[in-house]
Amino acid sequence: MTRNRNGDTGKTSILNDARFRGWISQAIIIIILTLLAGYGIYNVGVNLHKAGITTGFGFLSEPSGFDISQTLIEYSRTSTYARALVVGLLNTLLVSALGIVFSTILGFFLGVIRLSPNWLISRMATTFTEIIRNIPLLLQVLFWYLAILAPLPGPREALNLGDTVFLCNRGLLIPRLHFESGFVFVAASFAVGIVITIGLSWWNSRRQLVTGKRFPAKSIGLALLLVLSLIAFFLADCPVQIERPELKGFNFRGGMTVLPELIALLLALTLYAATFIGEFVRSGILAVDKGQREATQALGYRPFLAYRLIIIPQAMRLVTPPLISQYLTIIKNSSLAVVIGYPDLIHVFAGTALNQSGQSVEIISITIAIYLVISLLISLLMNWYNQKYALKGH
Amino acid sequence: MKNWQSSPSLPSPEQQQGLIKWCRMNLFSSVVNTLLTLTGLLILWWLIPPFFQWAVVNSCWTGDSREVCDAAFAASGKTGACWVFIKVRLGMFMYGFYPEVERWRINFVLLVLALGLLPVLAYGIFSKNLRQAIFGVFGLLTVFYFFGIIPAIFTAAFFFLPFLLDFLSARLAWLAVSLDLWHTLIKLCLMLLVGALTFFLAVTFIGEGHGWASTLATVVLLLVLFFVRNVTVFAWRWILLFTIFPLFAFYMLVGNVFSLAHVETHYWGGFFLTLVVASSGMATALPIGILMALGRRSELPVIKVVCVVFIEIARSVPLVSVLFMASVMFPLFLPESVTFNKLLRALVGIAFFYAAYMAEVVRGGLQAIPKGQYEAAKALGWPYWRMMAVVILPQTLRLVIPGLAINFLSLLKDTTLVAVIGLLDLLGIAKASMADAEWLGFTKEAYVFAGIVFWVFCFAISRYSVRLEKKLHTSLH
Repeated sequence: MTRNRNGDTGKTSILNDARFRGWISQAIIIIILTLLAGYGIYNVGVNLHKAGITTGFGFLSEPSGFDISQTLIEYSRTSTYARALVVGLLNTLLVSALGIVFSTILGFFLGVIRLSPNWLISRMATTFTEIIRNIPLLLQVLFWYLAILAPLPGPREALNLGDTVFLCNRGLLIPRLHFESGFVFVAASFAVGIVITIGLSWWNSRRQLVTGKRFPAKSIGLALLLVLSLIAFFLADCPVQIERPELKGFNFRGGMTVLPELIALLLALTLYAATFIGEFVRSGILAVDKGQREATQALGYRPFLAYRLIIIPQAMRLVTPPLISQYLTIIKNSSLAVVIGYPDLIHVFAGTALNQSGQSVEIISITIAIYLVISLLISLLMNWYNQKYALKGH
Repeated sequence: MKNWQSSPSLPSPEQQQGLIKWCRMNLFSSVVNTLLTLTGLLILWWLIPPFFQWAVVNSCWTGDSREVCDAAFAASGKTGACWVFIKVRLGMFMYGFYPEVERWRINFVLLVLALGLLPVLAYGIFSKNLRQAIFGVFGLLTVFYFFGIIPAIFTAAFFFLPFLLDFLSARLAWLAVSLDLWHTLIKLCLMLLVGALTFFLAVTFIGEGHGWASTLATVVLLLVLFFVRNVTVFAWRWILLFTIFPLFAFYMLVGNVFSLAHVETHYWGGFFLTLVVASSGMATALPIGILMALGRRSELPVIKVVCVVFIEIARSVPLVSVLFMASVMFPLFLPESVTFNKLLRALVGIAFFYAAYMAEVVRGGLQAIPKGQYEAAKALGWPYWRMMAVVILPQTLRLVIPGLAINFLSLLKDTTLVAVIGLLDLLGIAKASMADAEWLGFTKEAYVFAGIVFWVFCFAISRYSVRLEKKLHTSLH
């Protein structure tokens, strides 16, 4: 028998075995979690039974019985809960998508002008960023909605922009476009133009690789696109009708109304997210190695081309990952819609539908599952990007 | 020999120096720049003068009712901001419906918090014990001046306890953990004894049902004393802030003990509630977050999976849905006899939601610690928790302070969301007081005021975190 220095046998108690202890602690955690979950589910069963609510997802096919102020697809009181869910989800996606587009544009603009040599402009951008991002988003949403949009004049005294766009306390009224059957030709020629442009630029890059000659493929493609669409447009006898909003009595007829809730939410989301995106862009540009900039100067690149071909592509590698997670944040933040009554997923489904049906467990689970799926999709996108564009060999 | 004489220097060309040169360089260096400058000036001209007119020139500051403002606006023919509304409602905005005679309790708690936090936050200034002591004495005099002798005695105990504990932990080093079984057993017995004594004392003096919390705090203090050697005054301050202070704040604010009147939580509101939610959210989310970060890096598959699933779910849903869940779904999981305070439900939701974000920040720090640190601790035969508590976590937390500060900032901003489930924080109160029939139509004033309050706090925190980052950066390299 081997003995160690202290004279004990080499055997140690099983309690000191790390693997054994690991299994025991995991078993304990599993047991505790199972018990908690079981207890919770038991309580849910009892509570729901007392309230007279049947569990299950059957309610989704029942008529909802409530109206929604903004619907992108056909919806009425008699539609099902499932359809209300889709309406809410589409509204969430609408405001998020618009917010993503606008905040990206504004954010890149902010990031670039913060680095501008113009003292006044860069200071203004910095001040704007520091003010907007240190104020809670909810406060900004409420400010735009209650303090700016709500006191606007009514339809009769609406702010008028060339008799086509009106702004009043009912929202923003813009002309609606009616597409006639002939519009198919315009769309088709537009698609053909896009295909030709893609083909041209592909051919151009191949040729440039082989011969070094360049051909203005993009501008020619763009011109072709425009000309083709316009020709089709006039050949098909202008198949678009513009319906302007007109004041009839106390309200507007025709046109399209953008709800004030949507405007307030979009404004707040855009400004708030743009300040963060501006920071990413700024730090991304600053992080590009100084030598790269100096090399462009040594090679005689003009500043614009240096930015477009050398600096921005390298900065984008750093900017894109936080940019994508900011997009996810925008989607999550769009849930603030609930405080001003914009009919998004949370407001329609986790709010109104929940109150009407009482199916809180199912509804909250579905809501969370939807956000989870969106977030997983975005993480997949991010992983794909990182694998494709991450700096190799570091 | 010819004497060389310098000709007198010419004055520099006017365009090459001073303000004019600066303007030429920075504002009008090219056509594009000139256009940008003019656009910027135009935007400023659109924004600043009207706001200044509204907020200062045409505004009304004096008086105590709506009529004063209306009369002033009617007399001048121009409308501006009616700051009287804010002045009259200031108490509401700050304290909510907390009874006016009891508001000193909130002030007292906040003052003690400031006294406890300032030495740990501004560590550079208060690194010397003497300076801390001087600061403490001044703080005590302030407390004594405003609140009287008994609060001052308590504050003194709270503030100077770290020195005593530091002294004790140096003297009681033999108490600290060893691998000897008997030693450990004796210490456990000691701890139980002290815990039981605290429990008994707490039940006798504070009242039934409050004993557990005080016992828990004492046991945590003892645990630190037993298991870690040489805790500095600085660390003791943190430990006190996480153990004694919450208890004290809870009893002070809720009352019902020590002949303090009972103030139920539905009277809480205003910026005070915002601070309560933010600070208790941070104080609970951080420890849970650390545990989850450790769990996510654990080698035990079950623990790892549980933590990963929780963190990923919590990070992918909006806080609003978590709050909805806490207010609608959470009560369903409890038996009907258990009713949960609305504020507590919101706090639980926020704590777990932010714990997931904290966990990711801490995980980043854990990954940045060199492997050698883990291996060295393991080579010394240290058990897992001791390795983490003594070697890894102190380094990690120092690394991730900027990340934690950013999270705290977004937590502070997100506390406004509790208004969604009907709690009246600063924003909720602002919205509620706009609906008051006597003060209709002062929306802008209320939001501008709330915005300024939030902005000041958030800006201060973000500046502080930037400074801290710079300081730690220099000290690390």
